[in-house]
Amino acid sequence: MTSPLALREKAETQAARLPALLARAEQLAGAVLLGDHGRRRAGMGDDFWQYRPAQLGDSRRMIDHRRSAMGDVQFVREREWQIAQSVMLWVDQGAAMRFASGDALPTKAERARVLGLAVAILLIRGGERVGLTGTRLPPRRGNPQILRLAEMFSEDAEDDYAPPEHRAMIPHARAVFISDFMGDIADVRTALTKAADRGVRGVLLHVLDPAEEAFPFRGRTVFQSMGGTIEHETLKASELKDRYLERLAARKAELQHLCSVAGWQYGLHHTETPAQAGLLWLWRALDGGAGRA
Amino acid sequence: MTIFGPIGFAAPWLLAALLALPILWLILRAIPPAPIRRHFPGVALLLGLQDDEAVSDRTPWWLLLLRMLAVAAMIIGLAGPVLNPEDDAQAGDGPLLVVLDGSWAGAARWSRQMDALGSGLRRAGASGREVALLHLSDPEPAVFQAANAITTRLPGITPRAWQPGDVTDITAALPEGTFETVWFSDGLDYPARSDLLDVLEARGDVRVTQAVTDVVALTPAAYVDGQIELTAIRATPGDERGVTVLAQGRDPAGNATTLASANAVFATGGTTAQTALALPAELRARVTRFEVQAAKSAGAVTLVDDSLRRREVALIASREGREGLELLSPLHYLERALAPTADLLRGALMDVLPANPDVIVLADVATLSEGEAEAISDWVEQGGLLLRFAGPRIAASDISRVEEDPLMPVRLRSGGRSVGGAMSWGSPKTLAPFREGSPFFGLDLPQDVAISAQVMAQPDPTLAERVIAELSDGTPLVTRKRSGQGQIVLFHVTANAEWSSLPLSGLFVEMLERLAVSSASATPSAEDLDGTIWTPQVVMDGFGTLSDAGTRPGVAGPTLVSDPAGPNLLPGVYVSGDRSLARNVLTPDATLTPTEWPARIPVTGLITAPEQPLGGMLLALAIGLLLADVIASLALSGRLFGSVHGTRTAAILLAGLLALPAPQVQAQQAADAEIAAAAEVVLAHVLTGNRQIDEVAEAGLRGLSDTLFFRTSVEPATPIGVNLETDELAFFPILYWPITPDQPRPSSDAYAKLNDYLRSGGLILFDTRDGDITGFGASSPNGRKLQDLAAPLDIPALEQIPRDHVLTRTFYLLQDFPGRHIGGDVWVEAAPPGAEQIEGMPFRNLNDGVTPVVIGGNDWAAAWAVTPTGQALLPVGRGFGGERQRELAYRFGVNLIMHVLTGNYKSDQVHVPALLDRLGQ
Repeated sequence: MTSPLALREKAETQAARLPALLARAEQLAGAVLLGDHGRRRAGMGDDFWQYRPAQLGDSRRMIDHRRSAMGDVQFVREREWQIAQSVMLWVDQGAAMRFASGDALPTKAERARVLGLAVAILLIRGGERVGLTGTRLPPRRGNPQILRLAEMFSEDAEDDYAPPEHRAMIPHARAVFISDFMGDIADVRTALTKAADRGVRGVLLHVLDPAEEAFPFRGRTVFQSMGGTIEHETLKASELKDRYLERLAARKAELQHLCSVAGWQYGLHHTETPAQAGLLWLWRALDGGAGRA
Repeated sequence: MTIFGPIGFAAPWLLAALLALPILWLILRAIPPAPIRRHFPGVALLLGLQDDEAVSDRTPWWLLLLRMLAVAAMIIGLAGPVLNPEDDAQAGDGPLLVVLDGSWAGAARWSRQMDALGSGLRRAGASGREVALLHLSDPEPAVFQAANAITTRLPGITPRAWQPGDVTDITAALPEGTFETVWFSDGLDYPARSDLLDVLEARGDVRVTQAVTDVVALTPAAYVDGQIELTAIRATPGDERGVTVLAQGRDPAGNATTLASANAVFATGGTTAQTALALPAELRARVTRFEVQAAKSAGAVTLVDDSLRRREVALIASREGREGLELLSPLHYLERALAPTADLLRGALMDVLPANPDVIVLADVATLSEGEAEAISDWVEQGGLLLRFAGPRIAASDISRVEEDPLMPVRLRSGGRSVGGAMSWGSPKTLAPFREGSPFFGLDLPQDVAISAQVMAQPDPTLAERVIAELSDGTPLVTRKRSGQGQIVLFHVTANAEWSSLPLSGLFVEMLERLAVSSASATPSAEDLDGTIWTPQVVMDGFGTLSDAGTRPGVAGPTLVSDPAGPNLLPGVYVSGDRSLARNVLTPDATLTPTEWPARIPVTGLITAPEQPLGGMLLALAIGLLLADVIASLALSGRLFGSVHGTRTAAILLAGLLALPAPQVQAQQAADAEIAAAAEVVLAHVLTGNRQIDEVAEAGLRGLSDTLFFRTSVEPATPIGVNLETDELAFFPILYWPITPDQPRPSSDAYAKLNDYLRSGGLILFDTRDGDITGFGASSPNGRKLQDLAAPLDIPALEQIPRDHVLTRTFYLLQDFPGRHIGGDVWVEAAPPGAEQIEGMPFRNLNDGVTPVVIGGNDWAAAWAVTPTGQALLPVGRGFGGERQRELAYRFGVNLIMHVLTGNYKSDQVHVPALLDRLGQ
């Protein structure tokens, strides 16, 4: 099992090649938490917004004496109201993710965790709050959160196919789901519907092994799920290939449809391609292509 | 055995199993291959998918065919197929007697004869016949027994170096009843053969197997007129054929080699071929045997005895003890002429006589005491050659004047004569050409030989036959008289150049040689050897191979000469006292008679197409096919490639296939290592088995190599640890050998290698590493171990390194040789005893080779040792003084390597002035 530190190191390596990421904030609640998303109006924040003449009711401590000394009028320095976006991650920890078709390939779980943590690192550097869906790790800022995420990602689930965690989603936050989505599609539908209800937009990254796309099997074969709970025997594996691929395509189409309905974005990543490609796609998807101010 | 065409089957009923193959085909087709279990997350998508057909993938037809072929090959292989089966339908039944001539004549074709015999025994065994074996040259009572019992004895049956002798015992001991006889004949007739044939024919059918090749033999060498005459004979007159006769002997280093060869040609229809070898005496004396090349039988070998060895010549002169007049010494020219070819004996006459010399030379000895004359007479009677030279004393004496002296060939006139002198008429005389019959006949006469004085022979009736050389005026120069087995020869001139220039000429040497050679002892007759016992020294087997006679008993002299060779009289070299006598297979006048079989006896040759069992080959083919089936099955089910485990399987299979040539790879690596060691200067250390010591030794040599690289033009490669048992030492200029008390003692092979290494210029630096606690010697465990290790080594006398040894100045000027310890003695090869220091020179002139060993206990490697990064590995001394000591240790190392690589170059006195300057003297 990957240790949290090793996972973080890999993720940092992947993240190091991209600039910090500010998740696209379409609708930000007036959250009390400060962040880097400027609201284009005066409020709490770090950046300068404007000087205005001091008004009645302004405490004297608010007067900016450097500006006021230039004339007779007393000015108050206002700052831009900045708040943070919350991004919630869900990375599939199910047993099905621990599959790799070759020695040279990483398991799907490893790739999913690296991508998830890398995007979390980018977001945290951008000043966003990152957490997990569900109640275990609410979104927070700062580097310690990366380590906590890495620890969470290092836990393996017992089930073959883990359903997406959709509880305790913060309204109007962003979400990232990374999985192979081989389990029951109804769970995904439920999760996305609920997210749409709460105004949560997000990204759904479908991670697949090349063997799952190619189905390179022949002869009499007993297929087992990774946990061993499901078995399917066939006398001619090669005969199954076409029908399997049809089902896979249908699954992808279904996911894409769900995403478009819920306003999410759907991405497909294969483990034989570099992690950087997946991370780049995630980065563009979260940033909306316009977040780099 | 059932036979189909060229192939027979030992168990043909097994072939019925081939009928089962179609059934097997159906069964194999019906059984699907075993399923593979695969982990696959996408199984969730597969649930509910049904197979189109209920039947699984069928095994492909070609795989089935492969399996069928494997099974078929196995069935046929087990049925015992045989190529070229020997049809034993024609063979009779009942007991079979196998008769072997087993003489030397069959040795050349012995293996083929044994093959034919073996296959005959196999057939007899297959048909359950009892077999008895009768080896005529080495007869034992024939007993009928199972053929297998005879087969096991076959490797021990060898040809004998003689021909079958008396057969009466054999015929008496023949088994009862009737039996068939197969006679393996060698092709040479012998007296008892026809009798035996009659006896055997009376008991049953007789078949003969006889090779058609000719038998060639060599009769004993004869010495005629200084040449060795060799006669090869053959049994059947046939086409022209040439044979090469080799003279085998030992080279000066003692190794067996071919000394000379000669070609002899059998003329068409002839049975003898003659050739002659003219060998220098030195070479002739080393010949041990003559043999016909590639004949490989005892008959084609003739051994050489005494008659070729160096003669012993006793030189006696009348004038002795006058120093400084060498050229006037009567024996000077004789010595010069005889020394290369003869062993010279010096001393008083009565002292040398007991040594039984072949020749006694009396140079101008006129008077002999009565006892001496008698002893010499006896010696001459027994075959000695007495060679006398005239001279002033003989001319002045009365010897053989009135009556012929027994030890003079002729009577002499008083005073002799002198021609061509200042006070005489005439000119010096020259030699007349040698007459036919003279031992000197055929020698070239140099024109510049002149005789100015001689003693004159009295005309006697016998004079003419006794003259073997004369002057141009007809007066005798050399006369000879036979006496008993020996002869007396008189040169009528002096043995020095006083009376003639003959001793100065090459003719003199040739004449002496002719005389000495013709004094060879003739082949003795049985009477001559009466009462002597000869013990065998070297004996010969039927193949002509010589072996040590061991403890074989001696043979009485007459028997040795007259009896035929047999089990009790092996051909070989026999010795009695100082004499040796060769007993050869053939006598000088032997002839070979080919066997003539009566027309009623069927005679076959040895050529047979051997039976070749094919079963093993077919079984191997079946296994190979099954192996191919394994690979094909794996490939079909996707386990060979395409999955993680499959790749491993394939890798294992491939590894299995590649494992076979692994030894070659190792040999290649060893060769590469040797090439690498030979390509550069490499310092080497002996692996002691103690890991720590070996590591320090390697680090030390690494440090020394680096130092050499930085400071000198010697640029060594990385040092190597050598295993004395397995590694080649010749590539290394120096071996550093640290001594540990517990290291194993090298094997004798390793010591041989080390001695070769030392003799060919290698240097071993022995380091007892205990210079801090002990001096040199056996006072420490390491010292004792060193003495033990070095005892079998070829090490010269040693001395403590002298102050002027070349090691002190090959690169640096050094006076002591510290290592990690300081002040221990260092020992090197001792200087030659004659080396003296010349006045004014600081060094003795010691231009000898490199000392083969340097022995000390200063633990040099520890001082030299560096880590791979170049830092000193072990501390030496203390502070700056310690570093100075390490520096001096390095300098000693540099000097040592320079000494090894440049030898005594710095011993050269050319550099003395510069060195003197440096030394401030």
